[in-house]
Amino acid sequence: MNIHEHQAKDLFREHGLPVQDGIVAYTVEEAVAAYEKFGDVVAVKAQVHTGGRGLAGGVKIAKTVEEVREHAGNILGLDIKGHIVKRLYIEDGCSSIEKEAYLAVILDRSAKAIGFIGSAEGGVEIETVAHDNPDAIKRFSTSELTFPKDAARPLAEALFGGKSVDETMKVLEKLFDMFVKLDCTQAEINPLVLTGDGSVLCLDGKLNFDDNALFRHPEIVELRDMEEEDVNEIEAKEKGLAFIQLDGDIGCMVNGAGLAMATLDMINIHGGNPANFLDVGGSSNPDKVVEAFKLILASGKVKSILVNIFGGITRCTDIAEGMLTALKQMEVNVPIVVRLEGTEAEAGRKMLADSPLHTAETFGEAVAKAVKLGKGEAA
Amino acid sequence: MSILIDEKTKVLVQGITGRDGSFHAGQMIEYGTQIVGGVTPKKGGQEVHGKPVFNTVKEAVAETGADATVIYVPARFAKGAVLEAVEAGVPLIICITEGVPVMDMVTVYDAVQQAGVRLIGPNCPGLISPGKSKIGIMPGSIHKPGKIGVISRSGTLTYEIVHALTSQGIGQSTCVGIGGDPIVGTGPRDLLPLFEADDDTDAVVVVGEIGGDEEERTAEYIAANIDKPVFAYIVGRSAPEGKQMGHAGAIVSGDAGTAESKIAAFEAAGVPVAESIADIPGMVQKKLSL
Repeated sequence: MNIHEHQAKDLFREHGLPVQDGIVAYTVEEAVAAYEKFGDVVAVKAQVHTGGRGLAGGVKIAKTVEEVREHAGNILGLDIKGHIVKRLYIEDGCSSIEKEAYLAVILDRSAKAIGFIGSAEGGVEIETVAHDNPDAIKRFSTSELTFPKDAARPLAEALFGGKSVDETMKVLEKLFDMFVKLDCTQAEINPLVLTGDGSVLCLDGKLNFDDNALFRHPEIVELRDMEEEDVNEIEAKEKGLAFIQLDGDIGCMVNGAGLAMATLDMINIHGGNPANFLDVGGSSNPDKVVEAFKLILASGKVKSILVNIFGGITRCTDIAEGMLTALKQMEVNVPIVVRLEGTEAEAGRKMLADSPLHTAETFGEAVAKAVKLGKGEAA
Repeated sequence: MSILIDEKTKVLVQGITGRDGSFHAGQMIEYGTQIVGGVTPKKGGQEVHGKPVFNTVKEAVAETGADATVIYVPARFAKGAVLEAVEAGVPLIICITEGVPVMDMVTVYDAVQQAGVRLIGPNCPGLISPGKSKIGIMPGSIHKPGKIGVISRSGTLTYEIVHALTSQGIGQSTCVGIGGDPIVGTGPRDLLPLFEADDDTDAVVVVGEIGGDEEERTAEYIAANIDKPVFAYIVGRSAPEGKQMGHAGAIVSGDAGTAESKIAAFEAAGVPVAESIADIPGMVQKKLSL
């Protein structure tokens, strides 16, 4: 799960990390009012769940009310990689910057541990540094959930050096502790800056959280911005389905994430274009099938539906029952191709024998039929 | 032969009194797996499917001599359940549970490594040596004893592939579902040397998906260390960037973790990559002249 920078900064503050004061603004007038509280120099920052805000013109420095008005007006409504800016963060300016560095604590999949990544080259994308000057990046990982003081010290020294090392160590420790406590998968500060008076400051802040751990962080779930999320995806999750909207026209309902991905790939191979990813999950609840059909049809673009089930825990009879219920409850005006295999497949197929559904014996045959029917051809 | 489990493996079921644990214990017994007992705190003394229930793993191991355990507990208790099995010295731990927080897995993975035991999963279907023993949730009936090893990050996708192999008369030595999470206890590089050393495995099918770099590392490993034929199949070619495709681990971030990168890595390592599931049996038959 993602949150906005201003929410991350609130969490930073709560956990003792040094950040500037800031105020959220939804309109130009609110931005101007926020500026008047700080005066002098402020940063006007787009709040969207995507990177590359600076390059897209979503982060500007303002030194007067007029500049705030101009930048806020330009940034609100801006489209940054498909995210429309609806809120701004007006942050107190940082008077003088000596050095900029990069610091992140991440879940390191390769090391199967918690990773630290730091670079004295901050303010630019870390991927660019990794490509152009890999030696500038220092990293190490730890399996302990307590701050690894000794291992962290060389990293703190590499970032700014000099007198600031102790203060940098404090930032590392607090960032790590917050990462562990809140079940983050990524906590990134870019840039972390050394100011003219020698203090260390988190100028930006980005946090990502582990969806599997949200059950123990209701306070984080509260921060979810529904305008940044796909409503259907959230609704699906609440009903125990994994759903992702895609831009094609062949709807899919599959059990299991791997088989669902394989189904999308097969649709492409057969010259079709999938409308969605949908994993109906492992359990056998006919109600879930009804919900799944509603989600698939919600976009209004679907021309055929492919149901591909390999029953393990899932019983094909439950899927069949769910489909029959769905057809009674709602009007489905597109052809549906069903392929049932595995647990109780035979009985499930029998239940569907008198329905208007198209059936298929194999995975390949089912995909081919769904693609043909979607194009308006006879299967 | 087979790897990791056979008809002699004595298995405990942690969470045996729960809905899933009890159902699958019954299924495993029916398949022929030697289930020797179960564990549920505070429910010691009961019986499920005629097998004794113990309060702790330690007690269960002492009484039954179990050398494997399979975990069916809710996600929030999974860390505790695995750590208890590690402390009791169980050499093979299979965690079926889905939705385990990754921070818990950081601790669990470290504990497993320190103790020198093997963890399969979490978020996996388990493993099966057809005709001998199955530990997990896969339907036993689709498998057939034979000489092909299968390693996969996915559940139902593995069934689909096994079904395709079996229906062409190609049996399996052992099929291992390693799990779809970002951190799992055992990866392809841990299993390939076991299949390489197993006299009754002639070739291995590795099923990967988008996210992380395990497949790329596996490809390098195969090129350097494995002489038996290996075949790969990768799903997620059509996955959009930044979206988690059902499995917590299946996400493309920027250029990292794409299907293209994984396919290219296997091809560079001389490992043939199947375009679709239906192609896999034919590739295996051709190579092994079956």
